Amino acid sequence: MNADEAALSVRALSVEFATREGPVRAVRDVALDVYAGRTLAILGESGSGKSVTALTIMGLLDSPPARVTSGSIMFEGADLVTATERTRMRVNGEGIAMVFQDALSALNPVYTVGNQISELLRVRRGLSRAAARAQAIELMERVRIPAAARRVDDYPHQFSGGMRQRIMIALAVALDPRVLIADEPTTALDVTVQAQIMELLTELRRENGMGLVLITHDLGVVAEVADDVTVMYSGRIVERGTVEELFQRPAHPYTRGLLRSMPRPDRQDDELWAIPGAPPSSLHAPGGCPFHPRCDAAVDRCRSDQPEFELIAAGRGSACHRSQEVFDGRA
Amino acid sequence: MAEREVVLEVDSLVRHFPIKGGLLRRGRSSVQAVDGVSFTLGRGETLGVVGESGCGKSTLARTIVGLDAPTSGSVRYRGTDVHRTSARGLREMRRSVQIVLQDPYTSLNPRKTLRDLLAQPFEIHPDVLPRERRLTRIKELVELVGLDPDHLDRYPFQFSGGQRQRIGIARALALEPEVVVCDEPVSALDVSVQAQVVNLLRRLQRELGLSYVFIAHDLSVVRHISDRVAVMYLGKIVELGERRQVYERPRHPYTRALLEAVPIPDPVGRDERARTLLAGDPPSPVDPPSGCRFRTRCPKAEDVCARTEPTLEAEPGTTEAACHFPHRNSLARLGA
Repeated sequence: MNADEAALSVRALSVEFATREGPVRAVRDVALDVYAGRTLAILGESGSGKSVTALTIMGLLDSPPARVTSGSIMFEGADLVTATERTRMRVNGEGIAMVFQDALSALNPVYTVGNQISELLRVRRGLSRAAARAQAIELMERVRIPAAARRVDDYPHQFSGGMRQRIMIALAVALDPRVLIADEPTTALDVTVQAQIMELLTELRRENGMGLVLITHDLGVVAEVADDVTVMYSGRIVERGTVEELFQRPAHPYTRGLLRSMPRPDRQDDELWAIPGAPPSSLHAPGGCPFHPRCDAAVDRCRSDQPEFELIAAGRGSACHRSQEVFDGRA
Repeated sequence: MAEREVVLEVDSLVRHFPIKGGLLRRGRSSVQAVDGVSFTLGRGETLGVVGESGCGKSTLARTIVGLDAPTSGSVRYRGTDVHRTSARGLREMRRSVQIVLQDPYTSLNPRKTLRDLLAQPFEIHPDVLPRERRLTRIKELVELVGLDPDHLDRYPFQFSGGQRQRIGIARALALEPEVVVCDEPVSALDVSVQAQVVNLLRRLQRELGLSYVFIAHDLSVVRHISDRVAVMYLGKIVELGERRQVYERPRHPYTRALLEAVPIPDPVGRDERARTLLAGDPPSPVDPPSGCRFRTRCPKAEDVCARTEPTLEAEPGTTEAACHFPHRNSLARLGA
């Protein structure tokens, strides 16, 4: 296998939802490459389309109302958009697995955690009851659940939020997937627990050589763990780059605004920089560039023409009419 | 320096929630949500309160504004005990001490328009303003918090999250309070909107001379807005001090771990950052550890920590910290 080849490649992906008020385009023209052993962060706010992108990759959206209107999701030579149910079943879990934000609602409350992990191993790996249980305990140890052998018979509600998230992660890595998608895995957790979970995910990624996709709204988390960053706004990718470059030299006014609005210890007495307005709803996205009503660099063109996503430097891209000027610090 | 004018005094505040006997009614236990919290708040000051979920922050907020009664201890607003005053005194106090809640989606009645929502405080306290002057005041409030006066007939669902939080702030300010307790006022908002609301709260404080108790789990926001900071763990304040000292020279091991856990929004040098990762989760407030409550997760714990509960103590020029073995050096990393 070529090391430079992406483990997962999404191209020109668009997803629409049928609503009473007509079709809503939740994701438009999204392209992503996930590489083995690297962490790709998808940064965005509510309604940016980041979770819909993840759920589409996993094939977890109900259709209808959701519909993939264009694009491909290439994984191990198969396009998951057009793949048969059978291929899909095989890929999910073994190829690509997902960790959700809310572990309590993702786990089944009436089965012990050991049961839930073992069931997966028995169905997918054909293990015996005893072997599956032994491996479930091993997995729980791997995600650092103390006294795993005793706790394997506990129910989800008997675990704390951080421990439940670890169980979710154990389930997700049980079949040794090549790509792990984590959708806001630490948002519901306290900051000390959040640090533990991020460390665990990073460690598993390193040990297993997985590609990790981290979906988050938290710039701090991105800065700490991501290798590559894709910024989404109103269903589109607005900027892409490696984490160092993107933080040092943003090429889209939205990314720049987010970075500027972080409270900084050395500027405590100043007003915070604030992006005006609020993210648009996907039902009433403004014409032209979706960010133009909130943009401090907007010109007439931005109100009428949707900017294309274009490369501005090696590995860097931005969807902004003035991306080069923003990138060079001239706008 | 002018003498500090104390507006709010919280003294040995305790709020335990009894757990109703189980199937066999064995032992009466209780959730020790707030367990002996004391601080004062000066006029125009902001006290930031940080801590993780279950540390008692929100119970503290509710008890300060009189939405909940303490098990023992007191909250005094300008000398009057909030929980032992007459019905009339309580009404008076409620005008002066207001609360802004976390979730602007559930704290506003969806069937009321912006106009109705802002008229409500004046209906509850009709003596504040004669009826004919209320609309003018409502429009003033709307402009004060940066909403559009043309939107008075809109319903909550027609506003964004940030706008809804502005409505919550306008309601809290309607009766011209002196103290506003903000319970996680920005954590439900989109990142790009949080800064707007933080700026608004700071501007209002300057213009109206408000005092804030600002409760949040986001340490960088608290650092930005606070004069003094209290760190809570399992119902107790473990460290209290001037903002700069708490962030730069924290003495309690929990404060240090909390600050070190905050991700820094700068990828440069991330691999060299020192970080003490705490093991496990906070224990249950139903049956907190003996002695120091933090000892079960503390890297510095010794035998004495299980036996004797440390009290808040300061050395000259330091924060007050409740620890038998407080740190003396400053924090290496510049986080949060």
